[in-house]
Amino acid sequence: MNKLIYLDNAATTAVKPEVFEKMKPYFMENYSNPSSVYSFAQDAKAAVDEARDTIANLIGAKSNEIYFTGGGSESDNWALISTAFAKKDKGNHIITSKIEHHAILHTCEYLEKNGFEVTYLDVDENGLISLEELEKAIRPTTILISIMFANNEIGTIEPIKEIGEIAKKHDVLFHTDAVQAFAHIPINVKDMNIDMMSVSGHKFHGPKGIGFMYLRNGVKLGAFVHGGSQERSRRAGTHNVPGIVGMAEAAVIAHKNMDENIKKESEVRDHLINRILDEIPYVRLNGDRVKRLPNNVNCCFRFVEGESLLIMLDQKGVCASSGSACTSGSLDPSHVLLAIGLPHEIAHGSLRLTLSEDTTMEDVDYVVDELKKIIERLRSMSPLYEDFVKENQQ
Amino acid sequence: MYSEKVMDHFSNPRNVGEIENASGVGTVGNAKCGDIMRIYLDIDEETKIIKDCKFKTFGCGAAVATSSMATELVKGKTIYEALQVTNKAVMEALDGLPPVKVHCSLLAEESIHAALWDYAQKNNIEIPGLSEPKNDIHEGEEDEDEE
Repeated sequence: MNKLIYLDNAATTAVKPEVFEKMKPYFMENYSNPSSVYSFAQDAKAAVDEARDTIANLIGAKSNEIYFTGGGSESDNWALISTAFAKKDKGNHIITSKIEHHAILHTCEYLEKNGFEVTYLDVDENGLISLEELEKAIRPTTILISIMFANNEIGTIEPIKEIGEIAKKHDVLFHTDAVQAFAHIPINVKDMNIDMMSVSGHKFHGPKGIGFMYLRNGVKLGAFVHGGSQERSRRAGTHNVPGIVGMAEAAVIAHKNMDENIKKESEVRDHLINRILDEIPYVRLNGDRVKRLPNNVNCCFRFVEGESLLIMLDQKGVCASSGSACTSGSLDPSHVLLAIGLPHEIAHGSLRLTLSEDTTMEDVDYVVDELKKIIERLRSMSPLYEDFVKENQQ
Repeated sequence: MYSEKVMDHFSNPRNVGEIENASGVGTVGNAKCGDIMRIYLDIDEETKIIKDCKFKTFGCGAAVATSSMATELVKGKTIYEALQVTNKAVMEALDGLPPVKVHCSLLAEESIHAALWDYAQKNNIEIPGLSEPKNDIHEGEEDEDEE
């Protein structure tokens, strides 16, 4: 049993060999600190500058609008907390959604404890926010709108361009957590009126521990990590040169192949979705069918609990994730699944499968074949299923 | 995350199923919290020995494993002895559980008690030390989690 089918690419991805090759020299050969004066450091400095130019180009930004950070969570924290501080004379109100990543939600809770007010927008059954409700939620004291580009659990892509227009119209800053979207689907920060955008390197075959924030010129935001004068004094800390170089390379590769990858992944995704819906009874697809990340599948299987499902898939060499309480470390299932209106008992039976461009039709066929057996087995053990069958017999 | 014993009882659960016309049936937990256990007991009228015991569980790996182990532990015992099977005994027999899964063993203990209670009610007998099972094992637990 050596098979390994990795379908948890929304959690993290494998670093591409080309990416790793690009990073390698910056560990042992050119390990210099790019902030140093001597010529030995010039190559590292040039590499960081080049990475910044590269990333800026990919999203229609200027180089001096890209700030390297330690990852998505740091960028999210920075965007929210520093905006709150910078704008506290204008107001104390922030608008976000109920389905954000915890890096946003828990930061909002932290801000609430410190005197800020947060509106958490509802989403519809597919996970989409309502633009009308967003506009209605804006107050004179609103300082920031933070809505994720695409949801990490159910893959729903929010109407970012329209949100940007509303934010601009009301002169409110707009931040988007694009951790799941960047390098997977096209993003242009200018077209989409994005003021701030958080990205993480390891979600698109780059390394972990690196990310960036796009911060539009003109947005006056203080530092979050204080210290040295790196990143125009807005993000202290010695540059993670291999990380920066690797992330940029991964972004380039992803953008070069983006159209092809979207087509390929969507085909495999749709095949996987169709087979699950056709061949397994009492199943529900979560997330929007169309406005959906090309690599995301999320289903709920009734009468089945997610952790058991994951362990059984693991025993068949399949890596997946679930929004059940047992996997979240609390008694409540995923906040995203509850926000789209699922009852607890259904949300406990959720399964997320996230593909990469290397996922094949054979891979997903194998997964569905095993999944059918596992679901049947778990249902045969489930008192909920027993009750359901008995009720239907009557 | 789980001991080998837990994985064994999860992967090859003992005594899964139903017993028709069972002497006692107990269901505890709730779907909201993600685990439900149902225990079926077949009890000898004369000797009060649990001749057979089956379970069905909706829940995580630990929930399945603790149900499986609980059925193993009470099988062949009298109803009075079965009452002495605690969640601690279930946990020990499984070589321990991660701290967040201890409630599963409580649920297993409670499900045995609920089935015994059902038997006692049906037969109009009293089992010393057995009280009416709580409707929801998670009651109170959720409050503890809140700060």
